[in-house]
Amino acid sequence: MSAPRVALAPERAVALAVSGVGAAWLALLRDLTLAFRRRGQLVQPLAFFAIVTLLFPLAVSPELTRLREIAPGVLWTAALLASLLALEFLFRDDAYDGTLEQYALSGQSLTALMFAKSAAHWLLTGLPLALMAPLAALSLGAPAAAVAGIVASVAVGSVALSLIGSIGAALTLGMKRSGALLSLLTLPLSLPVLIFGARATQLAIAGEPYLAPLELLGALAVLGVTLAPLAAAAAVRISLE
Amino acid sequence: MSNQPLRVENLHLWRGERHVLRGLTFSLGRGTCLQVKGANGSGKTSLLRTLCGLIYPEEGRVLWDGEDVRRDLRAFHARLAYLGHEPPLKGDLTAGENLRFWVGVRRRLGVSDLEAALARAGAGGCSTRLVRTLSAGQRRRVALAGLALLAVPLWLLDEPTTNLDADGQELVGQLIAEQLARGATVIAAVHHDLPRAVPVIEQLELAA
Repeated sequence: MSAPRVALAPERAVALAVSGVGAAWLALLRDLTLAFRRRGQLVQPLAFFAIVTLLFPLAVSPELTRLREIAPGVLWTAALLASLLALEFLFRDDAYDGTLEQYALSGQSLTALMFAKSAAHWLLTGLPLALMAPLAALSLGAPAAAVAGIVASVAVGSVALSLIGSIGAALTLGMKRSGALLSLLTLPLSLPVLIFGARATQLAIAGEPYLAPLELLGALAVLGVTLAPLAAAAAVRISLE
Repeated sequence: MSNQPLRVENLHLWRGERHVLRGLTFSLGRGTCLQVKGANGSGKTSLLRTLCGLIYPEEGRVLWDGEDVRRDLRAFHARLAYLGHEPPLKGDLTAGENLRFWVGVRRRLGVSDLEAALARAGAGGCSTRLVRTLSAGQRRRVALAGLALLAVPLWLLDEPTTNLDADGQELVGQLIAEQLARGATVIAAVHHDLPRAVPVIEQLELAA
């Protein structure tokens, strides 16, 4: 058996070093690979979103004008809760199997790695929700002309939801049955996203300009990208103590 | 570079009401292995986690090459490998994928390096198998392969021989011996003595 080609020479260590971006890319790839091997977890939030939005016409009224009025609220409440559903799994498995510990000890920026995990959460939950939202909106009586606005608002708003959620998920790490606490922490912080998202959708359905609330959603997403990974990394470090 | 790269000064750690580490002070040279023993709950794992910076001690400091590790924790982390009770492996990934992601976050890794490390750890046939289909001992071997691939000068090992058969335990001894021969430093928390293959062992007994 040959020994692995490992060495401690500093020049070799420098040559083999991985950049922060490279490390984050690998963390993202790992989460995506794992998600596609556990399809049940992947489908759960999407199925929830579809069921909630499709049940509303049955429960409220099949009248399209009435459904169109409540469509923004229904879409955004369902999207928020669906996003929350997937958050519980964001760090849990990694905390149990020691992956988070290894991330914290990797010598890489934990903030970058946390950003990669939130990005994976958005790609697996937010983006599919944004792509599903027009179908749900059409079933709630939204006109076809509103599709672009609905996709844009859910896509941008869900970025903010994933990032805000990552803070809650990190803060509740290590707690048993953390779902309720996670909701309590995350929902109040997500209210601005819900308000501006529903407003953008409402304007898109009414055929009016929706850029202003969309820009506010974008601002929240940028704020999330800037601050949430830092906060999540700090919370993970505390949970590892 | 100092000949005693690791120095621990007056380390005090409380876990709740328990004073787990009480003014621990020691130095470790290159090519030296410290075997930490003690009963369950004596603080072996807490010591390792404190040394690697996962736990903040109430008092005292850890120095690497004369520098307090807290001054640049990331740089210190880049020089150490910590293997806890459970191997940090994902059941839904193959052994090869696990190493590619775990080790790959820290250093670039060639396929030949990876295969050689798995073969060296006696897990050559596990590369393409999902980790959840491996036995506990095989998982430990895969984790040992990852440890060797990290190529860092400080190993902190928590019960490294857990779940391993006699051959596996010898392998741990050989890997540590090779690591020491390269001038590295190893600290291992154990219940039973490390295999005889480890040449230089210093002892530390923690009181419960």
